[in-house]
Amino acid sequence: MKPPDFDYVAPTSVDDAVKTLGSDAEAKVLAGGQSLIPLLAFRLAGPSLLVDLARVDGLDHITDEGDRLVIGAMTRQRRAERDPLVAERCPLLAESLRHVGHPQIRSRGTIGGSVAHADPAAELPGVVLALGGRVHVTGPAGDRTIEAEELFQGFLSTSIADGEILTAVELPTSGPRTGWSVVEIARRPGDYALCGALCQLQLDDAGTVVDAHLGLIGVGDRPMRAHAVEAAVLGGASPTEAAELAPDGLSPGSDVHASSDYRLHLATVTSRRALTQALERAA
Amino acid sequence: MSEHAVTININGVERTDSVPARLTLADFLRERLDLTATHLACEHGVCGVCTVLVDGETARACLLLTVQADGSEVTTLEGLTEGDELGPIEQAFWAKHGMQCGFCTPGFVLTIAEMLDDNPNPTREEIVEGLGGNLCRCTGYVKIIEAVEEAVSLRGGGA
Repeated sequence: MKPPDFDYVAPTSVDDAVKTLGSDAEAKVLAGGQSLIPLLAFRLAGPSLLVDLARVDGLDHITDEGDRLVIGAMTRQRRAERDPLVAERCPLLAESLRHVGHPQIRSRGTIGGSVAHADPAAELPGVVLALGGRVHVTGPAGDRTIEAEELFQGFLSTSIADGEILTAVELPTSGPRTGWSVVEIARRPGDYALCGALCQLQLDDAGTVVDAHLGLIGVGDRPMRAHAVEAAVLGGASPTEAAELAPDGLSPGSDVHASSDYRLHLATVTSRRALTQALERAA
Repeated sequence: MSEHAVTININGVERTDSVPARLTLADFLRERLDLTATHLACEHGVCGVCTVLVDGETARACLLLTVQADGSEVTTLEGLTEGDELGPIEQAFWAKHGMQCGFCTPGFVLTIAEMLDDNPNPTREEIVEGLGGNLCRCTGYVKIIEAVEEAVSLRGGGA
């Protein structure tokens, strides 16, 4: 057995889960476990108690609320990937899901778990940020929502407070004449991307871009939104022109996988490809 | 150390036991049930050698606590075929020399079983993509890809 010793409880309601989580300062929430169990195996995490949300009622759903798609935190990634509602209402999410790990990971991994884990190279936090989504959390003081711009605070860090549980992820649904694209550069399919671009564009009847979203992953301590590129596209710049602005405000680190300069180069390359494909799909 | 009662249907047989929370499903299968076809290598979700089916979908048995699998149906390589008969995927591995040391093979067989159930006639590109979550240190994958193509025809798929 590689993980350290810990206790385990599987509550059946959000209220019980919040109470249990609050009863132990060293408790951690367990969703699908596809990031947490490796951290335990490496003993980088040493919780005294895991609060498993898998048996909590009401956290596994995909709900169409018109202009928003609300996805329960414990919805498995594989289920969302295969869900026709997701493909139709939020195609950027559907395509992003196909880049998350491997099928063996997505069968257990959850939408909420990935967002709460907030890996800077992960697709789902990138989608939430790019589309301007929000998350619903429940804690001892009750329910609140957190906008994507306030959610991601740094490496594996969010503004979800100790004792709070992410219960749902809410994404705006796509309108007419919307195109999307996910472009990643990774050493192997399924690996975390060295850099990835998640893009959604909307055109009006005249073919002018009226809504632009571009998220970049793997190029910072958190997912980044390329505001300068979005503004350029809305101002009529071509994908090639706009993508030149992708490195603005980024200062990715260098590691064994890629240097900082190479990641900045990839930010331009992936942005250009994603903008181009999203425009084609919108047209 | 906290102990938890679990009942898991493994290869069609209900198994009840009491396990510590930190016992992974892979260790439960190997150490408690002697089902040693499920191998372990990296034990942190990278290599795919511990792949099993949980409620019909592939999952890493090293990234699943036994307590999480309580109430589930688990299929290991031992449960994929009846008795000593080779299934079409295993036959294909034999025919195409899809293994050398064989250590990674159980994980590949289960991954391929799910892949072909989802998509009985995959393109070569789809096969490569579908095998992305399993590592093999011997073959260079070419023979494994050929084994998948062979399995497609043995299963009656193919154009």
